[in-house]
Amino acid sequence: MARLTPHNEQRARDLIALYPHPRSALIPILHLLQEQDGYLTDDGMQHAGELVGLEAAEVQGTASFYDMFHTEPVGKYLIAVCTNIACLLQGAYELLEHAEERLGIAPGGTTPDGLFTLEDAECLALCGNAPCVTVNWRYFGDVDREGFDDLVARLAAGDLDGEVPPHGTLCRVRRSVGLAAAGASVHGYGGPVPAPAESSRPGAIADEPTDGVDLETFATTPAVLALDGPASPDDGAAPFDDRTEP
Amino acid sequence: MTVTGVPRIVTRRLGRLAPWTLASYLEDGGYDGLRKALSMTPEEVHEAANVANILGRGGAGFEAGRKWGMLAKSEPVYLTINGDESEPATFKDHMLIEADPHMVVEGALICAYAVRADQIFLYVRGEFALGLERLQAAVNEAYAYGAAGGDILGSGWSVDIVIHPGAGAYICGEETALLESLEGKRGYPRIKPPFFPAAVGLYGAPTIVNNVETVSNLPWVMRNGADAFAALGEGRSKGTKVMALSGHVKRPGNYELEFAKVTFRDLMFDARLGGGIREDRQLKAFIPGGVSSPWLGPQHLDVLLANDKIAEVGTMAGSGAVTAMDETTCIVRAAWRIVRFFHRESCGQCTPCREGSGWVEKILQRIENGQGREADLDLLMDVCDNISPGVRWPPAQTTICVLGPSIPPAPASGIRMFRDEFLTHIREGRCPFPPDRLPGRVAHV
Ligand SMILES: Cc1cc2nc3c(=O)[nH]c(=O)nc-3n(C[C@H](O)[C@H](O)[C@H](O)COP(=O)(O)O)c2cc1C
Ligand code: SF4
Ligand code: FES
Repeated sequence: MARLTPHNEQRARDLIALYPHPRSALIPILHLLQEQDGYLTDDGMQHAGELVGLEAAEVQGTASFYDMFHTEPVGKYLIAVCTNIACLLQGAYELLEHAEERLGIAPGGTTPDGLFTLEDAECLALCGNAPCVTVNWRYFGDVDREGFDDLVARLAAGDLDGEVPPHGTLCRVRRSVGLAAAGASVHGYGGPVPAPAESSRPGAIADEPTDGVDLETFATTPAVLALDGPASPDDGAAPFDDRTEP
Repeated sequence: MTVTGVPRIVTRRLGRLAPWTLASYLEDGGYDGLRKALSMTPEEVHEAANVANILGRGGAGFEAGRKWGMLAKSEPVYLTINGDESEPATFKDHMLIEADPHMVVEGALICAYAVRADQIFLYVRGEFALGLERLQAAVNEAYAYGAAGGDILGSGWSVDIVIHPGAGAYICGEETALLESLEGKRGYPRIKPPFFPAAVGLYGAPTIVNNVETVSNLPWVMRNGADAFAALGEGRSKGTKVMALSGHVKRPGNYELEFAKVTFRDLMFDARLGGGIREDRQLKAFIPGGVSSPWLGPQHLDVLLANDKIAEVGTMAGSGAVTAMDETTCIVRAAWRIVRFFHRESCGQCTPCREGSGWVEKILQRIENGQGREADLDLLMDVCDNISPGVRWPPAQTTICVLGPSIPPAPASGIRMFRDEFLTHIREGRCPFPPDRLPGRVAHV
């Protein structure tokens, strides 16, 4: 393990084609690597560097700056418990303590079966539904102890496989279009422009089939945040209940 | 108070069935704002933004139109939408991106047209997995519909939109760090000057960075006219503002309210808004504008939600995040958690920020765990003074970016407002609130 597979290498080249400079595609490509392997391997980072024109050390230097990138294996499910201010006020540390006991690990640890990694997270921007938890960055709000246990049980049983993909998979919707705007300026600024790869000509990606999930299905998946709670149109204001009950 | 009767602008479509789809967006006049803009010249669209006087919703409150006017005259021009939302207790952009991604896309397109951008980057916080999916689906749909890409809506104008995921770093919300990150580097804020990306931005090219909520106002402004927008609000604070209300209120959530007409009291206590403090307890203190802002107390409840009014009482509106803390809140623990955040998120370039945040965190932690000394209060203020001389507001800055000066407000507010509570921790050798220590294993490492 694990350089990018030929299919994923093509996806990486498609990403590079979206930017004026290849290096800009580094973070998206690292996400792609994490989707493929669950974490970042040395070979993978080497490959990413080759694609965007960087030394492996430079790739590692960038990757290590960002909390979402893991250079060691993590569990299939990365459970992040937010303990920042709004969640703290609603008992987040008590929830984290419970999670530690339930999973038998401290934050940063992974269960021996490789299923769960626990994280003590910073604000996840779901503070209206505190305390909240994400699993592989899928959100669950208003989580109490029972809710947490239930969530863990359902994950372990595979009941949430449709909603929560394995760690590393971020965006399941693929870009289905290439760059279409005319004009040399977009690709012509500041330094040598790399020779575009075969697929990166404007429009080329658009002709390829989208290998993302079916949008219809996705949009109607109940486990995605249900923001369509009742609003009161004539009220001028309404709270929006953005959560999934675990 | 003026909660009713005001149109919702950026949250108007929330509550619809699947509002994130193109079909739903088009039913509500979607992309008509862009159509309107394209029937005008870019200068006219820019002028409309000036009339609407849209204050930046990302935290600094800089007028969008004025920022656009600062663009250096060279090509290419880039537009970057800041969807990195990571300021603790702020959760409005997350909601807008997930619930109404087409509005964000249309707003970005109108902005791009006004500033003649060559390419748009939507920088979205990496943790927003669903937001990234909804936004990518919206961009795909917008291209298919002809609202993005080449010859937009038959106007002959073309621009591409690229969604760029972050990867977990609060500092990338700072606009120059965001641009570094977008260039594939560590998110290190750039040394100023140059002060504005409008002069030197992405790859050195003139670049506009605007917040998600800021540009989300543009479709409405185009459809209804800048005057209608400017008729809402008061003084500099025009239009509406999404207030992210969290903490010990009965009904936390995002509330879009007319700017400068509603008070903190209305926001926290009105039955249609926050609904009061949970279990009808007393409000102890509140954080008025995200964790970087100095705190206020019950005596400030009648301050209006407007940037200048909030500034008058020595703090800031920031990103519009209000956090209520009731009488059961341990102030030391709250301040500790906020400082811990800054310590974890400091990018490490500047010594006062990198080291100072760690010091303040450690001292607060030992006070909370009952091992503090009375001299610690002076020591805390002294370290804060080293980070931001004078510990005043607006803060003095000795660091590359304002994350550094954002560290002192929470502990300094805590000590100034609740000195006795700190002393009780120290004298009794334990926290007077249950549990009497920082919970969890993490607190003991
Ligand atoms: C440490 C730090 C974090 C920031 N985080 C964000 C953020 O998450 N989202 C945002 O829009 N602006 C954030 N800002 C403000 C941006 O630097 C910038 O002012 C803003 O994106 C400009 O957009 P606006 O004028 O439309 O508000 C942050 C600033 C600092 C110093
Ligand atoms: S103030 Fe802190 S976050 Fe900002 S550049 Fe300096 S070290 Fe980095
Ligand atoms: S503080 Fe927990 S999600 Fe914001």
